[in-house]
Amino acid sequence: MVTGLIGRTAGRLLVPFIFIFGFYIVAHGHLSPGGGFQGGAVIATGVALVLVCYYYRECMEHFIEAKNFKLIESAGLILFICTALAGLVLASSFFFNWLNASGGLFGNAVSYGVNAGDLFTAGIIPVLNFAVGIEVFGGLSVVLLYMFAGLKETTKEEDDAEPHEFAQTEELP
Amino acid sequence: MIANLPFIAVALLIGIAFAMILLKRNMIKMIMGLGILEGAVNLFLVSLGYREDGIAPIFTGAPADAAMVMPTVQALTLTNIVIGVATTALMLVFVMLIYKKYGTVNANEMRRLKE
Amino acid sequence: MARCSVPPKLAIFLIIAVTLILLLPAFGLSFGHPAASGTDQYYLDHSQEQTGSNNVVTAIVFDFRGFDTLGEATVLFIAVLGVAMLFRRTH
Repeated sequence: MVTGLIGRTAGRLLVPFIFIFGFYIVAHGHLSPGGGFQGGAVIATGVALVLVCYYYRECMEHFIEAKNFKLIESAGLILFICTALAGLVLASSFFFNWLNASGGLFGNAVSYGVNAGDLFTAGIIPVLNFAVGIEVFGGLSVVLLYMFAGLKETTKEEDDAEPHEFAQTEELP
Repeated sequence: MIANLPFIAVALLIGIAFAMILLKRNMIKMIMGLGILEGAVNLFLVSLGYREDGIAPIFTGAPADAAMVMPTVQALTLTNIVIGVATTALMLVFVMLIYKKYGTVNANEMRRLKE
Repeated sequence: MARCSVPPKLAIFLIIAVTLILLLPAFGLSFGHPAASGTDQYYLDHSQEQTGSNNVVTAIVFDFRGFDTLGEATVLFIAVLGVAMLFRRTH
């Protein structure tokens, strides 16, 4: 894969904003269009940008490893199931919204009808959004990493070297 | 006639998708046909739940007294999209492994499965 | 190849037949006027007092139909697990 200096710099500038936008979509899932699945997909897009802009070997050496993403994905699913099970333990049934309008975390009472929106409402829904968000982020990133591992790509030194083969072929009669 | 355009588009898309799945022998094109079929089903679900002059079913900053479109089909569409992505990734990985083993993605040339 | 499982003529006939059969109800349905809307109207009316969520779609996905989402997350997890297992040999 040939990614020049311009692509690498632009990717480095854009990736934090993509991550922040994805986290915004996850956190505001109960107020605005979006939610865990969509926000997780947006964050995974940022990981894809990192993989395209930098070299796979560099990514492996520095900060990304597929095992960590698997851990993130499993943690998301376990958080999802545990939040749902807590409804069975603390309240009446599985998936009961035990945090809604309780005054605690995410427990503010919502005003009915059209309103401006309060981030700390909706009970367990933001928690489940976050769980699903990190699960989708981890899962799609694992798929991307394994698919990129199968690619045969050039190294950074080969890309940055001067292309001198074409100059020699042009001189042939 | 023109008011039913989404449903007619759904029928035509399903026809195109079945044609791709049945007539193509390239496995990647068959998977693309499955993707088109998924898109047709999503379009069908969303257009089933549409109400005239409806807005998105979100109360944050919505105009007062506006009819909202149906939310259940949109939730089902969300489910369908995520599962479609997962299964498409799995099928593409299968095709990659098949190409690595047999050297072809043509479904007719893989004689090993027949003999 | 000669030994094709389905003859192409039969396949083309089947495709055209399926498309025509699907086109029949497409003209019968009315776009913009859904036939049965009891469940959806209940969700629209009661989602704010029962789940506290402004976004009705999120309320359905994560609260009213939470089991559906649990199965969906499990399917995604198993698919990613399958990808990881299939690539283990070559990774």
